[in-house]
Amino acid sequence: MPATTLEKAEVLEQMAANPAVAALSSLLIDARFALNELTITVPKDQIVAAVKAVQAAGYNFMEDVTCVDWYPSEPRFHVTYHILSHSLKERVRLIAPVGSEDLSIDSITDVWPSANFYEREVFDLFGVHFGGHPNLRRIMMPDDWKGHPLRKDYPVEGYR
Amino acid sequence: MPTSVEDLINPGVDDVIADSKLHGNIDPAQDQTMVLNMGPQHPSTHGVLRVVLEVDGESVVALAPDIGYLHTGIEKTCEAKFYQQVVPLTDRIDYLCPMTNNLTYCLAVEKLLQLEIPERAQYLRVLLNELTRLNSHLVWLGTHAMDIGALTVFLYCFREREEILRIFEMVAGQRMMTSYFRIGGLSMEPPIDFYDRVRNFLKIMPEKIAEYENLLTGNPIWMGRLKNVGHLSAADAIALGVTGPPLRASGVDWDLRRDMPYSGYEKFKFEVPVSQVGDVWARYEVRMKEMYESVKIATQALEGLPEGRITADAPKIVLPDREQMKTQMESLIHHFKIVTEGFAVPAGQVYQGVESPRGEMGYFVVSDGTAKPFRVHMRNPSFATLQALETMCKGRLLADVVAVIGSIDIVLGEIDR
Repeated sequence: MPATTLEKAEVLEQMAANPAVAALSSLLIDARFALNELTITVPKDQIVAAVKAVQAAGYNFMEDVTCVDWYPSEPRFHVTYHILSHSLKERVRLIAPVGSEDLSIDSITDVWPSANFYEREVFDLFGVHFGGHPNLRRIMMPDDWKGHPLRKDYPVEGYR
Repeated sequence: MPTSVEDLINPGVDDVIADSKLHGNIDPAQDQTMVLNMGPQHPSTHGVLRVVLEVDGESVVALAPDIGYLHTGIEKTCEAKFYQQVVPLTDRIDYLCPMTNNLTYCLAVEKLLQLEIPERAQYLRVLLNELTRLNSHLVWLGTHAMDIGALTVFLYCFREREEILRIFEMVAGQRMMTSYFRIGGLSMEPPIDFYDRVRNFLKIMPEKIAEYENLLTGNPIWMGRLKNVGHLSAADAIALGVTGPPLRASGVDWDLRRDMPYSGYEKFKFEVPVSQVGDVWARYEVRMKEMYESVKIATQALEGLPEGRITADAPKIVLPDREQMKTQMESLIHHFKIVTEGFAVPAGQVYQGVESPRGEMGYFVVSDGTAKPFRVHMRNPSFATLQALETMCKGRLLADVVAVIGSIDIVLGEIDR
């Protein structure tokens, strides 16, 4: 298995022909190619523009929206999107860092309606707010639940 | 729109109506529609699914699925376990395809570790995954037919499913929660009589599938309930995140086994059934054809099964054989270390997608370089497919909702995790 890892400068140089890199070259703040997977970090206020750009570049299928909590480091939440291209047969991972001073990011439900449930799940379990989401309510936990269980400062056993 | 947790307390039926208005639907007060609650305990919702419907007479105006009744926090639990301890958790997500969940998780971690899996283990994984697909499709067919009112098919399907479960029991010692796959290979060699049993099963299976088709395909009631019901266009299917048989039934020719092969699927010859119609009947047809293809793949895997090891050559990751552990000091140390402190996985992020019986199953694993996963996220096919329910049922009769729920083949354990 090839173990090539390319950092930002190398990605921009060697993978300039890649449709996702080409589409996002002006937006990205970081890029990385590792384990045959391309990861592109974009600022959170540009996420809708970034998602539209990759959609125009041929990545037609939104697979997944999730989040990783890097507590206590900042920006704390990395909202992660996996986007697949049926024609290119490859996927790209977009990361939008969300700092704990402002837990909000724009919703991409206008671009892909399938993000609806996924963003509700991230809101429910991490407490990240998605601006412009049509129905931002808890989805997994009971509606009167306090706290967001998948945060790293939430104990595995829960509060007793 | 609610902005804090306090705003979210007790949304009931009123809020669901409010939600449906957000979708641009009719106001119940003006048009004399009725709000109807279906589930969470309902025989045709295939688990603990609640659907709130707004009906005008007998036709569905709006529909909102309400999920979360089975949420067990598996993703949170994974973060507190060693990598190898997560494998039994993955079984519990979907009781109909435990092997597929095992495989997806193992492939993701193996990618992080950059482990080379021996061909024999890959073939056995493919073989068991295709049996899992048959198992899952048999339960889908049986329960779907039962929802429509054809009770006999259920008994026929469970007769064959029983044999698959016995085969699983032979290799794993467990019928449903198998946990047979390990990071780096398989837990043990299958017993000697396993091969004959699988061979016999695969030999009789095509005629059994023909038997189910005989019971259903030409049946006028079955055709009347399925044809021209629950249409989903290709564009809608892609926009709503639908994968697997429902996506292929809507005319999108996409199968991860063929298009982004994993675990050696590129070595097998099979067709990907596609239909352009996009209704419940098309989903039935696609799944029935898929069952024949699964038999084909499983037969190829069984007949072409190479000799060799079933685990990767990685003593610090794969548990040693019992005999080695009892006789060699080094193996004993490895065994002790793996069991007590796990193994460190290099830092990184990995997404592995697999074509499960229900669609694309994806595991997103983030490692921070320790022996416990930093984050495990499951992308489950049913979760996304459920979002398409409203598109498929809107404007149709209430009775069609049952047919549509049956045709998208959801498993609630997988949705709620």
